[in-house]
Amino acid sequence: MVSPILELTNINKSFGHVHANKNINLTINKGTIHGIIGENGAGKSTLMSIVFGLYQANSGTIKVNGKEINLRSPKDSIINGIGMVHQHFMLVENFTVLENIILGFEGELVFGKNLEKAKKDLKDLCDTYKLNIDLNSTISDLSVGFRQRVEILKSLYRGAEILILDEPTGVLTPQEVDELFKILRSLKEEGKTIVLITHKLIEIMDLTSEVSVMRQGEMVGHTKTENTNKEQLAEMMVGRSVLLRLDKSEVKAGEVLFSVKNLTVKDDLDVTRVKNVDLEIRSGEILGLAGVTGNGQTELLEALSGIRKVESGEIYLEGKKVSDNQNFLDPRELKDKGLAHVPEDRQRMGLVTDFKAYENLIFGYHDQQPFSKSSVLNHRDIISHSKKIMEEYDVRPQSPNLITSNFSGGNQQKIILSRELNENPKVLLVGQPTRGVDIGAIEFIHQRLIDMRDRGAAILLVSVELDEVLSLSDRIVVMFDGKIVGEKDNKNVTDRELGLLMAGVV
Amino acid sequence: MAPVDKSKVPWWVSNLIVPLVNLTLALLVSGLFIFIAGENPYEAVRLIIYGSFGYIEGFAYTLYYTTNFIFTGLAFAVAFHCRLFNIGGEGQAYIGGLGVFLVAINFSFLPIPIVWILSIAGAVVFGAAWAFIPAYLQATRGSHVVITTIMFNFIAASLMVFLLVDVIRDTTQMGPHTVALPKEQWFPSFKDFAGLFGIKIRYSPLNISFLLAILASVFVWFLVWKTRWGYEMRAVGHNTQAAIYAGISPYKNIIIAMCISGGLAGLLGVNEILGVHHKIVAGFPAGYGFTGIAVALMGRNHPIGIFPAAFLFGILYQGGSEVTFDMPNITRYMFVAVQGVIILFSGALENLFRPQIESFFVNRLNIKASA
Repeated sequence: MVSPILELTNINKSFGHVHANKNINLTINKGTIHGIIGENGAGKSTLMSIVFGLYQANSGTIKVNGKEINLRSPKDSIINGIGMVHQHFMLVENFTVLENIILGFEGELVFGKNLEKAKKDLKDLCDTYKLNIDLNSTISDLSVGFRQRVEILKSLYRGAEILILDEPTGVLTPQEVDELFKILRSLKEEGKTIVLITHKLIEIMDLTSEVSVMRQGEMVGHTKTENTNKEQLAEMMVGRSVLLRLDKSEVKAGEVLFSVKNLTVKDDLDVTRVKNVDLEIRSGEILGLAGVTGNGQTELLEALSGIRKVESGEIYLEGKKVSDNQNFLDPRELKDKGLAHVPEDRQRMGLVTDFKAYENLIFGYHDQQPFSKSSVLNHRDIISHSKKIMEEYDVRPQSPNLITSNFSGGNQQKIILSRELNENPKVLLVGQPTRGVDIGAIEFIHQRLIDMRDRGAAILLVSVELDEVLSLSDRIVVMFDGKIVGEKDNKNVTDRELGLLMAGVV
Repeated sequence: MAPVDKSKVPWWVSNLIVPLVNLTLALLVSGLFIFIAGENPYEAVRLIIYGSFGYIEGFAYTLYYTTNFIFTGLAFAVAFHCRLFNIGGEGQAYIGGLGVFLVAINFSFLPIPIVWILSIAGAVVFGAAWAFIPAYLQATRGSHVVITTIMFNFIAASLMVFLLVDVIRDTTQMGPHTVALPKEQWFPSFKDFAGLFGIKIRYSPLNISFLLAILASVFVWFLVWKTRWGYEMRAVGHNTQAAIYAGISPYKNIIIAMCISGGLAGLLGVNEILGVHHKIVAGFPAGYGFTGIAVALMGRNHPIGIFPAAFLFGILYQGGSEVTFDMPNITRYMFVAVQGVIILFSGALENLFRPQIESFFVNRLNIKASA
């Protein structure tokens, strides 16, 4: 028995000149997991924000259970049984789970009967859907995965029949993703309807029963998941066929350009995060570093690029010692010696998002000729340089004067990459090069990294995307709990083997 | 209400229309005050305009106040680009004045133009030194500059009172002030200039420091947007993590930004000591340091915005004194309240109507574009 729970007809939404949603029609059936897939900026989040009442559509109708409704605010959506889990959680960090969930729905001045009832209801919900949340724990003590569950619980408590999840796995570790998927499946079993917004094909194939594809603000196709495959979906998303596997030449590794001996690094809280790590990267090879987020990769990258102090051990660049716990080069000096770094978190570290694009395109190189002469910035040369590399790296739009935060994630990443690669570094440290980047840009970025390798650079690739590590690297090491727990040649390794290493099982 | 796409908002809407609307609202509310006080608001506006523009000396007074607000406004703006909330302009200006006086009186044997240049340098160095201590504490120990700079205002005030009473007081006089500088060291005033052209006018405190304020504006513009230092300061201000990644030292830039800020505040001492009082009098910064914060915020921390904002406050100061003179029900404190309302609307409530105004214009422009 299939009955539609949510029907959208001819939805249009514009922001200024941008037509974010064009004549969208979408029917979601009760008790299904419905995937909405599309590149970043395809209009998925806008559409779901309309359904959740955050934006109002310029035209079109929304029906829930066959009845036309008018959504003016999230409150209207909640009344109509629509709940949403945002990419960025809306939780008060120093409140407990219980306090967060009843926030705005307390129902009484002095806590008493209603609170007890709420507790009981929440416990029941937790048991039904195996959420496994302690209602009395404080949000700031919970991991990202658990915070997400709190958001789900919050929606359920408010009576959500339709649950919209916006890019739910972007912040999760693979284990947490598995847990989340289990929860989502059990929600479906209990008759809830789930709308999953994502740009990850694998999640669509894994979880959904139906899928709708968006491209440039339009709905380009609906299909049953069982009738399609990854390649077909990818093609629909970008409007052309995409190379999911990379063609790359045989590795021609040369001398060791970058090596790390017995490196130990502590984090800001004085916890040892990198434990006696040894690494060697040769000219012309990509060394992939796989691992679940939070196993010391971030601290390792920061130490290697001169941002974080080395606790003990040594780092060598072209055979010369550059850092130990006594003497270390700062990021600027390492850059001068030919080491470039694409940081894991582009908005926190790689860019000043309030800067104009051209200011970010020289970031870290701004004191060099010809960008700056005796401390005065050479505006004309900076702009012409920016235009040149924006064209070369296909950064869109090609306007050096645009504020960086107005670029999409993929284009922001291209700004960083073009800046760092343009210097032709001998050693390149890359963290999560394609996190939050759409498929078209991923392909481009991967190709650039391969080009760098073929030109003889030594590249360290840190990524939580196993696919990425597998398709790019020549050798792979796995990091777990701050230690290197295994090294594999890319030719004879499976993702299963790596997965076990990443989980610390072997 | 849906948020407006920021990139679609024309620059003149956010930088001209919004401040003007806020200013109008502030003036309407101020008009209400005046009405409640039992005076005619329309008449008050007429008096303000007459007082600040209506006769040459009044206009000169307006520009004299403008000079001070430019210095303190620029001072706040420079630190703010490094996301440092330097509210110590008052104290830095006070100590800057000490620098001016000490240099001028001790180097009086040198040719006058050299004394002037050295005195200006003295103002900058003393102001910067007073800002350096909070800057150092912020950079190394994370002591917040808002707390330390306001403390340093009090310390500066106490220190100056001590010096003016016990150390450098003019012992032939009763008041807490120093001896006057030799007359030939005084900055040429507007009156002197007018005299050169045979125009006779009465006294006003306007002097060539006004030109120094214009120069300082150009300097700040160049520093913040055209040099590596400004670039690095802004990078640290907007995203400290990214600055560290790019090899830019937050430590160094916090100190540089605060010292430049303090130096600019110190220049207020040049206007007051060389141009007006010709000696240090107790409490000469008279709140300009604090008003400079509002000037900078209203001028969006850009010299091009700071100039009109400083001019506006100049009008209010000068026109306001005219009003209090002619309207018995309006006291000096009434105009402090008017300033407060302007600061409230253009500072604290700056974004009160911004979304509505911006979406109004964006929608209008869209209709036009699609028509």
